[in-house]
Amino acid sequence: MTSLSFLKRTFVVVTWEPNQIVLSAEGVDLAEPKRPIVEIRNIFKSYHRENLVVPVLHDITFDIADGEFLALMGPSGSGKTTLLNLLAGIDKADSGMIRVGDVDITTLSETELAHWRANNVGFIFQFYNLIPVLRAVENVELPLHLTALSRRERREHAETALRMVNLDHRMDHYPKEMSGGEQQRVAIARAIVTDPTILVADEPTGDLDRASAGEILAMMQSLNDDMGKTIIMVTHDPRAAERAKVIRHLDKGFMNHDASQDPL
Amino acid sequence: MMLLKILFRNAFHNKLRSGLTILGITVAILAFGLLRTVISAWYSGVEAASASRLITRNAISIIFPLPIAYNEKIRQIEGVKHVSYGNWFGGIYIDEKNFFPNFCVEPKTYMAIYPEFVLTPQETKAFLADRKGFVAGRKLATRYGWKIGDTVTLKGTIFPGNWDFVLRGVYRGRDETIDETQFLFHWDYLNETMKKVSPRRADQVGFYMIAVARPDLSPDVALAVDRTFKNSLAETLTETEKAFNQGFIAMSGAIVTAIQMVSFVVILIIMAVVANTMAMTTRERIGDYAIMKTMGFGGGAIAFMIFGESLVIALTGCIVGMVLTFPAAAAFGHSLSTYFPIFLVSDETLWLDLLAALLIAVCAALIPTRHAIRVGIADGLRRIG
Repeated sequence: MTSLSFLKRTFVVVTWEPNQIVLSAEGVDLAEPKRPIVEIRNIFKSYHRENLVVPVLHDITFDIADGEFLALMGPSGSGKTTLLNLLAGIDKADSGMIRVGDVDITTLSETELAHWRANNVGFIFQFYNLIPVLRAVENVELPLHLTALSRRERREHAETALRMVNLDHRMDHYPKEMSGGEQQRVAIARAIVTDPTILVADEPTGDLDRASAGEILAMMQSLNDDMGKTIIMVTHDPRAAERAKVIRHLDKGFMNHDASQDPL
Repeated sequence: MMLLKILFRNAFHNKLRSGLTILGITVAILAFGLLRTVISAWYSGVEAASASRLITRNAISIIFPLPIAYNEKIRQIEGVKHVSYGNWFGGIYIDEKNFFPNFCVEPKTYMAIYPEFVLTPQETKAFLADRKGFVAGRKLATRYGWKIGDTVTLKGTIFPGNWDFVLRGVYRGRDETIDETQFLFHWDYLNETMKKVSPRRADQVGFYMIAVARPDLSPDVALAVDRTFKNSLAETLTETEKAFNQGFIAMSGAIVTAIQMVSFVVILIIMAVVANTMAMTTRERIGDYAIMKTMGFGGGAIAFMIFGESLVIALTGCIVGMVLTFPAAAAFGHSLSTYFPIFLVSDETLWLDLLAALLIAVCAALIPTRHAIRVGIADGLRRIG
């Protein structure tokens, strides 16, 4: 685990509420109640299409606990990807508040948001979205160019992240030389290499066969269970959602409050 | 470094498209360079002019002669170092298409005023000693295969008849900007023949060439010469050699302007082509840029990559075009040596090539960059898949 130490945030003991000490220097204590790492309050979002205003999200309010693995489900057009984009700071809500850690990201400027994303969010997309002209190790290294790490450290971290996803034999391969499952594993390595606060995944298995999808989900589950990573995943696939600890349903922009919202 | 790596690899990712665009830029830069070289060639006489040489001609027009008697009077004006004189002969060698400039001059003073035409002492001596002798520039002699001692006949147009000359020397230019296509013979030969066949046209010259002691004396000497012949039957107009040559260029000013316009139109056309390429490229990569934005890369990084890619493509085409300009200009100059004795690619042309390539790159990348920066991340991500 020594070589993976960069992936473990240096946790400090924080008193969030009376009797709720959630983090320790040893890592995450999953048995204890956790502070919410993400707080969403009264979020409204609509899109403008010429003269039409299309409401997408209505008064969304919920919390995501630190170390949670949340699945957002719902039919097409229900607003789940829009919600994910808002949580990840790549889109702006019309109103409401989203706090991630100690930062209300709805108040940040575009430049501040870019800086915040670089430090706090790892992205996994349905179509992997690797840069086609970069080799696997270079793709993983890319977000580290916004950090103060030296060239050697960047390369070491990227190689370690690729080893974590069992792709040490594919480091010098270009995306087009890899299968979909392998590309998605590179994308996961790229998402975790900066040790972000939250990982967001939009249909991460949507373009994969069943076996590859199983591998990817197992990997994400391991990141959550073993590393304590907070994961927010949008999915249509009930099998994928089963891996999550919490499932929330969206329908026509409203969040359904049902039993599946409770930790499994 | 990583951004540089991405932009270089992006530039050549679609090999066919990049190759065709680079080829287009190469052809455009080549055409631009050749057209600029034509313009430079047009002005080569002006560029080669000396500040310490004056030309005196008839004030009415160059086609009217001046009396030979002016020679002594000009020589006596303060500041004048040498005076020579000559006529445009306008002879034809075998066929009208064999055009080259041919003048009769007073050889001794002419060679003193134009030291850039270099002859060996033996050739100089032989030329001066033979009244029917002539000297030809190296390129001219090579073109027609003339050897020392050969007799060459020109058919007179202004001065009728067949005129025989004997080649006594082949001059070389002091440097590559000197015209090596001229044909120079003795004014005395022409004048003596005129005395026999057309006495009224004898003892007249087309122009005087004056070397002044110092360049700063040129304005005063020019004024003094013209003042000397004021109110005479043949008033004079004296100007610097540069101004005299520019007068000839001005006659073809519209052609030069047209060539300049065409050269800029070529650049404008290729600018539109590269802009189209960059627009397609950027549209294809809008998803990549969105991904980079999610990671925290800002508009500056995106702009750097698009402008960089445009620069790589434009400069690659430019460098290939610049390299090809030299052999193309040599071939072009060879086939048009009758009209452009000096056809050299100047440093200024190369700098203009480079400037044009930079302009193409920047202008082509402006709108795609603006678009790529302004597209929201969510919109960009939606275009993937």
